[in-house]
Amino acid sequence: MTSVGTAEAYPESDSGPLLAVKNICVRFGGIIALNGISFDVMRGDVVGLIGPNGAGKTTLFNCLSRLYIPNEGDILFEGRSIMNAPRHAIAAIGMGRTFQNVALFDHMSVLDNVKVGCHSQTSAGFLASILRLNGVGAEEKAIADRARELIAFMDIEPFANMPAGPLPFPIRKRVELARALAARPKLLLLDEPAAGLNHDEIEVLKEQIRRVRDVQKVTTLLVEHHMSLVMSVSDKVVAIDFGKKIADGTPAEVQRDPEVIRAYLGTGA
Amino acid sequence: MTAITSAAPMTDDPRRSLGSYAMIGLLVLAAALPFLVGKSGWISNFTFLQLSLMIVYAIAVLGLNLLTGFNGQISLGHGAFFAVGAYTAAILIDQYSVNAWLTLPIAAILCFVIGYLFGLPALRLEGHYLALATFGLAIAVPQMLKYRHLEPFTNGVMGINLIKPDPPFGLPLSSDQWMYLAVLVVAVFMFWMARNLLNSRPGRAMTAIRDHTMAAGTMGIDTSRYKATVFGISALYVGVAGALHAIIFEFVSPDSFRFELSIAILVGAVVGGVASLPGAVIGGIFVQFIEKYADAMTKKISQAIHLPLELQPWTLYGLTLIVLIYVMPGGIAGGLAMLWAKIKPRQGG
Ligand SMILES: Nc1ncnc2c1ncn2[C@@H]1O[C@H](COP(=O)(O)OP(=O)(O)OP(=O)(O)O)[C@@H](O)[C@H]1O
Ligand SMILES: [Mg+2]
Repeated sequence: MTSVGTAEAYPESDSGPLLAVKNICVRFGGIIALNGISFDVMRGDVVGLIGPNGAGKTTLFNCLSRLYIPNEGDILFEGRSIMNAPRHAIAAIGMGRTFQNVALFDHMSVLDNVKVGCHSQTSAGFLASILRLNGVGAEEKAIADRARELIAFMDIEPFANMPAGPLPFPIRKRVELARALAARPKLLLLDEPAAGLNHDEIEVLKEQIRRVRDVQKVTTLLVEHHMSLVMSVSDKVVAIDFGKKIADGTPAEVQRDPEVIRAYLGTGA
Repeated sequence: MTAITSAAPMTDDPRRSLGSYAMIGLLVLAAALPFLVGKSGWISNFTFLQLSLMIVYAIAVLGLNLLTGFNGQISLGHGAFFAVGAYTAAILIDQYSVNAWLTLPIAAILCFVIGYLFGLPALRLEGHYLALATFGLAIAVPQMLKYRHLEPFTNGVMGINLIKPDPPFGLPLSSDQWMYLAVLVVAVFMFWMARNLLNSRPGRAMTAIRDHTMAAGTMGIDTSRYKATVFGISALYVGVAGALHAIIFEFVSPDSFRFELSIAILVGAVVGGVASLPGAVIGGIFVQFIEKYADAMTKKISQAIHLPLELQPWTLYGLTLIVLIYVMPGGIAGGLAMLWAKIKPRQGG
């Protein structure tokens, strides 16, 4: 096998939700960051997750990535609980993510960053790689092809051989998205992809999110404060406040929801 | 300070392939050297021994570099693995008449296992604590070698004397020249393996762990297993260096592997340039020559310039170190790369 992972469309037989979050509670000492959150993400959707600062959006992402262990509740991915999976198994299960404050490998080139994204889809081990045993070269080539393809997809080719650290913030965000896509996730978790971008860059991002769904066939859970972005790309929106779900529906429904309006006016956003 | 990872040659860069031709040319020359010199005495056997030791230290520095430069784990105790490698070779040759070259893979495997096992619990330790744990290793191992119940094997503080192997197939070389050649071949093999590693999936994973451990974990990298494995590989390199040292130096004793050795390897890695393969070679040169001659040089210089005060030994070494670290925080390899980058653009890329 020389292809990095498999681009599979949504299997028709599996009609249940791709992700089911069930009654998740997370406490940090006295703070209740998440208080019984439940919602579903269906295959092929872009689901927006909104809420004022400190509502618990990033905390929820960290539970999905197994960076935080919830105190209560369950998370089902493709119908199976991930509560016993170690952190490093999540990529292979099919969830990829970006970070609110961008977590790149700063001293590595953009190309190598994206190649690391292929890790969960490839298998060359220490011994085989050190001795360049059969198959390693072919896999390396497949990784390089995949990485270059995504670098082209995100329109960051001129930066491919530059170290990721010193690049401008909007470019770093695209590198991170390319790296997340390299793992061929079924579900992509984007934590505030528009933060720090100007108007034009947000328009580009909007298009990229749509293309991720339509071309890469990736379901997306999108945390974002930029309302017009969320409302225009999402098929469904979940709103949370103080760790509790306050609304769940189409963008139009959620925008009209009195609780949502109150939460946002209440915090001055 | 970690320099920009410089291990990955861009295959589509013609200047790089020029560089690799130069590299191969240099290596061929280095390998031809003992044959060219032959019995003429143009380069003394002692000089060949020194060159061999330099190459041995380069392997050790490379081993530490894999751990510290490329994986972000610090060790103040790699001299311990050097000692284990050296004693493995010495005991196998002395007591069991094992072929000298056969002791290398045995020392390698043993040091990998010990390094891996040491690396496992050390994973819970970050930064300063890992430094301290490895420091303990560097202190403990020479003492353990003096342990009375091990004396039948180690010969206690007296150490073990060896005789270096003669050149095979009637090669027209002195045994020092033959050792130099053999050490060079082993070193080329070790550097080749390191380069393969760094330009591969596990190599990128270990560098990713250095740059952002948590993000590496979400990419699917089993960070604990990787860190322990890299610790093992790093120990393997240093262990092979130790075994080579025992064979070419024809002697091991607990006092050859004191704590200073661990520091010398670390200094070599930092001064040469962390996260750089050429930096490891420069580090080897530094350990063998600058360090060993700093003493003599200190005396010579203070005489030559009629210094009114008497400089203590190590003064020059210390000063060199301070100046180097301030002038080239990326190590000598990093400094040279920066110089090159300043000269190069005039030629239009
Ligand atoms: N590791 C932690 N330790 C203690 N408290 C935490 C931790 N992580 C999050 N919190 C708290 O949990 C609450 C939710 O934080 P979270 O970062 O999930 O909010 P958010 O919705 O992502 O906000 P923002 O829009 O500002 O990014 C906050 O009160 C935060 O201070
Ligand atoms: Mg957040």
